[in-house]
Amino acid sequence: MSANAVNYEPVPGSAKDDAILVVDSVRRAFGGLVAVDVAHVEVPRNKITALIGPNGAGKTTFFNLLTGFDTPDTGDCVFNGNSMNGIPAHKVARSGMIRTFQLTKALSRMSVIENMRLGAADQKGESFWRGVFSPLWRTQEAAITTKAEELLARFNLAHMRDELAGGLSGGQRKLLEMARALMAEPEMVMLDEPMAGVNPALKQSLLEHIKALRTEGRTVLFVEHDMDMVREISDWVIVMAEGRIIAEGTPDDIGSNQAVVDAYLGTHHDVDLGGPQ
Amino acid sequence: MSWDLILSNSLYTAVSANAIAYMLVALGLNVHFGYTGLLNFGQAGFAAIGAYSLSIPISRYDWPWPFALALLLVSSILLALLLGIPTLRLRADYLAIVTIAIAEIIRLFLNSVRFTWLTGGNDGLQGFTRWMENLNPFPENGVTLWAQKVDGYRLWLMLSGWVLLTIVATGVYLLMRSPWGRVLKSIREDEDAARSLGKNVFAYKMQSLMLGGFIGSLGGMWLVLDKQSSQPQDFSTTFTFFAYTIIILGGVARAKGPIIGTMIFLFLIQFVDITLQQATRTTPTDPTPLLPTWLVDQNNFSQVRFIVAGLVLAILVVVRPQGIFGDKREQAFDVR
Ligand SMILES: Nc1ncnc2c1ncn2[C@@H]1O[C@H](COP(=O)(O)OP(=O)(O)OP(=O)(O)O)[C@@H](O)[C@H]1O
Ligand SMILES: [Mg+2]
Repeated sequence: MSANAVNYEPVPGSAKDDAILVVDSVRRAFGGLVAVDVAHVEVPRNKITALIGPNGAGKTTFFNLLTGFDTPDTGDCVFNGNSMNGIPAHKVARSGMIRTFQLTKALSRMSVIENMRLGAADQKGESFWRGVFSPLWRTQEAAITTKAEELLARFNLAHMRDELAGGLSGGQRKLLEMARALMAEPEMVMLDEPMAGVNPALKQSLLEHIKALRTEGRTVLFVEHDMDMVREISDWVIVMAEGRIIAEGTPDDIGSNQAVVDAYLGTHHDVDLGGPQ
Repeated sequence: MSWDLILSNSLYTAVSANAIAYMLVALGLNVHFGYTGLLNFGQAGFAAIGAYSLSIPISRYDWPWPFALALLLVSSILLALLLGIPTLRLRADYLAIVTIAIAEIIRLFLNSVRFTWLTGGNDGLQGFTRWMENLNPFPENGVTLWAQKVDGYRLWLMLSGWVLLTIVATGVYLLMRSPWGRVLKSIREDEDAARSLGKNVFAYKMQSLMLGGFIGSLGGMWLVLDKQSSQPQDFSTTFTFFAYTIIILGGVARAKGPIIGTMIFLFLIQFVDITLQQATRTTPTDPTPLLPTWLVDQNNFSQVRFIVAGLVLAILVVVRPQGIFGDKREQAFDVR
């Protein structure tokens, strides 16, 4: 068994011995539609956790609630022991939880390297008064640039360094967004469909990057529809349907879980849940 | 027709103290709109605040001018707070609505009969430029540049204005190349992305509104220093739209954009204006004007100049949509 093997109880809301994120009775309704209604869920630290579920299950909405982009009607999220209740998105990010978006947000009219530099945290030159005097931030800027170039090389984007981000392909933008999120050295990375639109060869290297994050001690929570991908890298899987957590378990547990199969059958008749055949 | 006069006068108009006022107002708007993506349609309001922060305390209350300048700084920042606090957390269009409304409220207040004791109403205020005249090192009757006569005071305003403009434009240029400016641009591109990377979007928008507003107020001050009279009608929404024309012409989010944009804009208007003025003129010795009167005559050429100038501007924008200094590559991603 690998070092990343887990033995949590495979039931919705199961306790983790070292949870980085704990969510309690979080609910969000849009008018009459309850998009998210999560009783309890814990995300294990330094593991790769997949969040899966059919379209419209509420995964993106759940991400928004966790990262301060949306506020729950009721409930509480605790990240690293601190309540994230009413904390604005930028403070959530600074506290070490950085997300990417399902619909990529590349900053089109900025170059790729500027996109990357923007991601770095605690920049001296980002204050108005220090901004005018470049000697105050030039050294830090050089260090940031070096780091950005390393990451770009890792994500096969080095050759696009000085291109405008608007000129990247859809898959390249996904890569850029992920690389940019890593500039801040977040403790927890939340990726909303990072593999969507990325070609298979690149997908494989992206999977390696995600695994590397775990090796670096980070926690990953990612949304993905492709069950092969989920099986390949995740230590733990959380399944959402109609706003609720309907199952949790290792990828193997999930494949044979009847509730999950039922949840998917409504929308994905042909989905391969990757269970033992 | 005297081409010497027409050209020298048009060129002077493009670099005069009046032009510097336009450059400053447009430069401030460029910080808002060009770099941060804030739709401020009330830049004329900031200019008005700058003008009257100078003229009211000096002509009504005899304040020493440095105090008036301090008031200008404080009041432009207060206006930015007033505009920004309720709107900057909302969608972009709300700022547009609120700014256009507040700028009009300011102008109507300055124009109102009830407050004539303070603002001078429709006649405006005069007699607040003595200190600037006293600082003038040039002889009163000034110089003649080519065929254009420039008096000493205007020459002084022009030169000191260029110094001020250079300092302000350099400051903006340095800021926009700094990480601070990078955050502003990221907000323009996608504020949720900026937020997801830990940037306090509201605070940056506020700072941008203050900086651009303060620069716009300096522009308003230079405008009335040049006219030696501050009047509400100079601060109508047209002024804001001229500033938009200027930055689009010069190239949005370019440091030189507002400066070159102003030069082209004012040169064009002035050139068309005095050319038409001369071409429609009749003298006792020469009773038929150069242009036929069914087309344009002495009574309507001042309207025609905007038609002609507008046409030329439209052609410029069609031929070069990114503006004079704009980046064609960026233009391609504008609509996404
Ligand atoms: N801003 C909103 N206003 C109204 N309804 C919304 C809003 N955002 C999401 N919803 C609804 O909430 C439900 C969950 O949407 P969400 O985007 O979270 O699903 P998802 O699990 O991310 O789906 P997908 O896999 O397709 O990305 C959907 O029914 C959607 O229509
Ligand atoms: Mg989604």
